[in-house]
Amino acid sequence: MSFRVGQRVRVADRLHEGHHRTPIYLKGKTGFVELAHAAFTNPETRAYGAEGLPEQQLYLVGFAQNEVWIDYSGDRGDRVYADVFEHWLEEA
Amino acid sequence: MSDHDHEHDHPHDPIGDGDEPASATRVQALEELLVEKGVIRREDVREGIDWLVSRSPADGARLVARAWIDPKFKERLLADARAAALELGLDPGPSPVVVAFENTHTVHHMVVCTLCSCYPRALLGPPPDWYKSLPYRSRAVSDPRGVLTEFGVELGKDVELRVLDSTADIRYLVIPRRPAGTEEMSEEELAALVTRDAMIGVAVPAARAAA
Repeated sequence: MSFRVGQRVRVADRLHEGHHRTPIYLKGKTGFVELAHAAFTNPETRAYGAEGLPEQQLYLVGFAQNEVWIDYSGDRGDRVYADVFEHWLEEA
Repeated sequence: MSDHDHEHDHPHDPIGDGDEPASATRVQALEELLVEKGVIRREDVREGIDWLVSRSPADGARLVARAWIDPKFKERLLADARAAALELGLDPGPSPVVVAFENTHTVHHMVVCTLCSCYPRALLGPPPDWYKSLPYRSRAVSDPRGVLTEFGVELGKDVELRVLDSTADIRYLVIPRRPAGTEEMSEEELAALVTRDAMIGVAVPAARAAA
């Protein structure tokens, strides 16, 4: 599966033993695809000496700040973006 | 100076002259092993460190200044920062991909790495210590306007704040807004206004560089 720019996506809300690059504050949160970067080797296996293959597509995903933090005090239009690998994203 | 000139009630061996953190000892041990096993050479480590500390925010500032005076170059910088850096004869470094975002009168970007200290080192040099600190890494995403206030930046309510958390292979560079009153300045003079913090998005360039 691949996602297109503008598509609504949710970050998988799952635990992961060991190294991974999906920040916990975004797990389970819904956002939108801002950019589709290239595919990169998977840090979850590369961190343990493997080649990190197959490569995983990486996306820049944007989230409304007031949906990420219950008590967010900034502006309604504020957003936080993070790079999330495809295998951590679900259709929303 | 004595080998052990502080007083407390548990015995231990001298910690060394610099009170190095445990992580430094661990890194040294890893380096010894990697060299011993022939995975890397000591010169590789030294060359890597030399390259890293030879980078400076002046490179990023050249990119920004050129983007300010040449809209076509700015488009190329936004489309492919690596190619734009090569165009100016800058060394964009090994693998990590750099993506630039532009601040405007309605959108302000700032960069953090909540997981560690990812940073566009090739174009900005080593990150400042505060960038690697836990308070910045956590509050830059949860209370970014509060963090900006502490850096002396007050955004208007009509400005959207976009925080970029560099969680993977991409490194982010902010193209700050060109200050008013700089129309007569040369590219070099403009570059001198572009600070490291402005390219992280926690400062705004001023028309006259701080004395």
